[in-house]
Amino acid sequence: MANEVCFRTLHLDEPWTLESYLSVGGYQSLKKILTEKIPADDIIEQLKISALRGRGGAGFPTGLKWSFMPRQTEGQKYIVCNSDEGEPGTCKDRDILRYNPHQLIEGMAIAGYCIGADTGYNYIRGEFWEPYSRFDNALKEAREAGYLGDKLFGTDFNFELHSHLGGGAYVCGEETALLESIEGKKGQPRFKPPFPAGFGLYGKPTTINNTETLASVPVIVEKGGQWFLEHGKPDNGGTKIFAVSGNVKRPGNYEIDMGTPFSELLEMCGGMKDGYKLKAVIPGGSSSPVIPGDQMMDVTMDYDGIQAAGSMLGSGAVIILDDKVCMVNALARLSHFYQEESCGQCTPCREGTGWLSRIMHRIEHGHGKQEDLDLLDKVAGDIMGRTICALGEAASMPVKGFLKHYRDEFQYHIDHKKCMVGAGSK
Amino acid sequence: MVTIEINGQQVEAEQGQMLIEAADKAGIAIPRFCYHKNLSISASCRMCLVEVEKAPKPMPACATPVADGMVVNTQSTYALAAQKSVMEFLLINHPLDCPVCDQGGECDLQEFSIGYGDDKSRYAEIKRVVKDKNIGPLVATELTRCIHCTRCVRFGQEIAGMRELGATGRGDWMEIGTYISKSVDSELSGNIIDLCPVGALTSKVSRFTYRVWELASNDSISAHDCVGSNCNVQTKNGEIKRVIARENDAINDAWISDRDRYSFEGLQSDERLTTPMIKKEGKWAEASWDDALQFAVNGLKDIDDKTQIGAICSPSASTEEMYLLQKMMRGIGSNNIDHRLRQSDFSAQDQDPVFPGLGMSVADISAQQAVLVIGSNVRKEQPIMGHQLRQASLNGANISFVNPVDFDFNFNVAHAFTIAPSHIFKELKVLAKATLENSLSAAPGGLAALVSSVKVTDEHKQCITELSEADNSVVMLGTLIQAMPNYASIRMLASYIADATNSTLSYLSPGANTAGAYLSGLLPNRTHVSQATSTNTDGLNTQAMLNANLKAYLLYGIEAERDLDKPVQAVNALNNAQFVVSLSAFVTDAIKAHSDVILPVAAMTESSGTLINAAGSWQSFTAVSKAKGLSKPGWKVLRVMGNLFNIGGFDYQSSEDVINELKSEGQSETSKSSNQISWMCPENISAQTSDVQRIAELPIYNVDAVTRRATALQQTQDAQVDCARINSALAKKLKLEESQPVTAKQGDNTADVTISIDDRITDNCVYLPAGNVAASSLGGGFDAIELLSKS
Repeated sequence: MANEVCFRTLHLDEPWTLESYLSVGGYQSLKKILTEKIPADDIIEQLKISALRGRGGAGFPTGLKWSFMPRQTEGQKYIVCNSDEGEPGTCKDRDILRYNPHQLIEGMAIAGYCIGADTGYNYIRGEFWEPYSRFDNALKEAREAGYLGDKLFGTDFNFELHSHLGGGAYVCGEETALLESIEGKKGQPRFKPPFPAGFGLYGKPTTINNTETLASVPVIVEKGGQWFLEHGKPDNGGTKIFAVSGNVKRPGNYEIDMGTPFSELLEMCGGMKDGYKLKAVIPGGSSSPVIPGDQMMDVTMDYDGIQAAGSMLGSGAVIILDDKVCMVNALARLSHFYQEESCGQCTPCREGTGWLSRIMHRIEHGHGKQEDLDLLDKVAGDIMGRTICALGEAASMPVKGFLKHYRDEFQYHIDHKKCMVGAGSK
Repeated sequence: MVTIEINGQQVEAEQGQMLIEAADKAGIAIPRFCYHKNLSISASCRMCLVEVEKAPKPMPACATPVADGMVVNTQSTYALAAQKSVMEFLLINHPLDCPVCDQGGECDLQEFSIGYGDDKSRYAEIKRVVKDKNIGPLVATELTRCIHCTRCVRFGQEIAGMRELGATGRGDWMEIGTYISKSVDSELSGNIIDLCPVGALTSKVSRFTYRVWELASNDSISAHDCVGSNCNVQTKNGEIKRVIARENDAINDAWISDRDRYSFEGLQSDERLTTPMIKKEGKWAEASWDDALQFAVNGLKDIDDKTQIGAICSPSASTEEMYLLQKMMRGIGSNNIDHRLRQSDFSAQDQDPVFPGLGMSVADISAQQAVLVIGSNVRKEQPIMGHQLRQASLNGANISFVNPVDFDFNFNVAHAFTIAPSHIFKELKVLAKATLENSLSAAPGGLAALVSSVKVTDEHKQCITELSEADNSVVMLGTLIQAMPNYASIRMLASYIADATNSTLSYLSPGANTAGAYLSGLLPNRTHVSQATSTNTDGLNTQAMLNANLKAYLLYGIEAERDLDKPVQAVNALNNAQFVVSLSAFVTDAIKAHSDVILPVAAMTESSGTLINAAGSWQSFTAVSKAKGLSKPGWKVLRVMGNLFNIGGFDYQSSEDVINELKSEGQSETSKSSNQISWMCPENISAQTSDVQRIAELPIYNVDAVTRRATALQQTQDAQVDCARINSALAKKLKLEESQPVTAKQGDNTADVTISIDDRITDNCVYLPAGNVAASSLGGGFDAIELLSKS
């Protein structure tokens, strides 16, 4: 069964309205928690049972993250949703905002209840005009209907939620850069520790979760952690939205059970377009290492399965590369992206991403040198593990992955000053 | 305390300390660029990555707190690989222009590249080029060299309190700048040059005039305010090339003001006097030292009544010079000796403390929880005091002001009582009443009656409550208040408020060495051995000397029309005198006009001496640059003059002899000021004047002859003070407009100025600063003034 969690309103006419959401049982989880005064610990326990892991890319167990919040201590706390969906290939959060915004609102209210926050922020990617206005409308509907505001369902629980449109920087998807950006500062990641759970938004304890993660919560509360877990595999609970792009017949978002074999996902997409063969897959957004197509056919779509194949589930953006794709061209494009998006704060990323991109640009345009291949690998390695945030890794891992599996194409570019596959011939 | 291991060495560290601090303390060098102990941690350069046992990645030593038992290696292959890769990244876009870079030879990047860089670059791409920005007359930018450590940005945010610089752009297009093109105007801006680890920010004043290895480095003391900031004066062939900050945590942390950094430029002025000069029959001629000294001494000897001789000395002269000057004057029989150039109310001078000072160390200011400053634009008057107040404010202190102008401060002001000078006494009465109502002790005699008619507001009450509830609090008298006509009465009430709220009474004093002047007896009413409160001499103060039209004057480091209050009157007194001796480092037509002999005295850095700051720290310095021309250190000139007068005890071998004599006879280095004043109820003066009153602040770059000639400082925004500022209400009343030329008139004295409308000025007042050209043809700094529009 597909579309059971985040996309559960998708079959309706106007799935984004409050009416639609209420018709699938929306806001009942929040009501139940508040009116029956279900302890936050019980909800967190269900999350732990569900094995819900962060859907933004890092895959950190959500229940565990919530339990880090100093709930008992007095003072302001915040729940922040990361809808700055910028990872190339990823478009799942956009569709949650567009088609099921109320479920995110409910999820954030439940999170606020669990961590002791009465205020939340949803940071939405700068380019998401339509999703932003959909979400803002949903906020309005929810406020008017009494699902946001003071004394929800006649209880003592208050919760207000604000949306914030970003300025268009990929790095603001990094949670501490996101916080800086909400605070009105330049979006640059903070050095950690301290972590947001201790020193977050405006210096207050803050939990930050991805849109899909938070939108999954109401269903887990409604149906139980076990139900969610059983949709996936142990430690890899639930359903997951995979955003499939590339030359398949039906690219798009697919909310399916975690652990589904890649081959089945490809079938759901109608297989490769006529005339194209599967060459490789970037399974978890542009920063995850590429996996050759034949190897991918044996992989199951879950955190552990993809990790075993040498890559990451990441944000769930499945980029299909076909046999006409020039791997040098693809990597040059990716490297250029990371050069553009490095915040510039710390040395290895600021200088390293530019260096990688410039070398790739040269190789692609027929000016590569033999020593460039080792240099690329070395520079990528020098960035990794030495930066303030993970953008350094995000820029390096594709380089390492492409070189590992497709070194021959790079070699060809250097030797023949043109492309092996023809498509990217320069 | 915790124990950690660094490179196999056991190191004691404090809980919460960062690894780099512990390593620094143990003398273990870790390379770094962005880390600076006086700034916040940014952890962005990554140069200090080290290996920490059990950590999954190399850790930045600047941002990794120590933990007991932590095992660290700063030089393992693992750590070195990280450090070397960062160095390579930093170098790929850095230009190879070390041979023409001012930082060359003292560049952190250059230095660490020896240890961590490779001799060949693997980078074969095009290097980044960044367009330079013009950020004003003081700091030069060469931003292609920038390594994005953001020390300058953090300095602006955290220390200067002005976010003038920031980083715009992303990735390797990130650049430092002002965003919208403008100058960097902080009074502490030059410190970003010291902070910049590379040659991206250098001194516009001295660049391209030296290589670092050609410079002799000399510890010295800044001589432009009562802070006594520690600095390092660097010279090439005896000529000062630059002044940089020298760390002293009790005084100036790691910073100096721009005034302290750039004033030296004034020493190169064309107006330096290089040879003694004598005026004979109205004609000036150069003279030998022997002739000039004899001429000067004979001229003074010719005055039969020695009480007809008056000596006026700059408050920024060295203690040795001050001591010898008063010794000589008293030796020839005159007590007309003073250094208080702008004071107009001397009625309570016998109550002055041993020396007017802070009553604490400079750094202690940052530990105050409540401060009431009366009459001071402290941030511009004594920039480092402003810095310390800002630190106090950042630590949560409530800082309040009673001022005639709503000055801009770079910290939160708890209460601003902005009031015309003529009403400040009344404002103090209100504060005194609030104090009285808050106090458990009985009112001192007459106070209750004095304050009976004034009304206390909640804000006054709150200000006083903050003072009395704080463990450390201070009531501070600024130099503006000390120049006002009813200073004694205001000070009495301030002293009461300080007393009753258990606060320290502090003075911010004019010049660099007011404390030295008091301690060396450069006063008409006391000598260096006098007790603070006893009057045993009967000389005239500055105002009285000039009012009395004495027969002879001796000016020491004074430009009369710039340095004295009521300049026209002062210059007249000098012109009418029979004989005027000027000891000065500079010569101008004005000095020539009223002097009979001018003796070239070496500037501060050209002589050895001692300055005593407002905290009472005696700081001696040596001569670091060559005296200009034939000029000689002041103490030597006075020594010869003393001998020519046949006064005994002038046979000093060195300036140390002089200061040692003062120490053995007078106040010791440990005498700290008790500023408490015994209560005498001030007279009730009512300010019933409808006159427009002048406010004459002494602007930051007008304080002394050297600063006034520092050309780069004179180009800064802060130096643009040649206008009369009035608020819009007064402008409307007088029908004046912005930029309108007017004639400012005080009695018979007039000056042409333009109007600037500025609502920070209180009602019915004209802010027309002292010490500039316009002011030299005007009257008293706080007297009535008229503005007449020119038809």
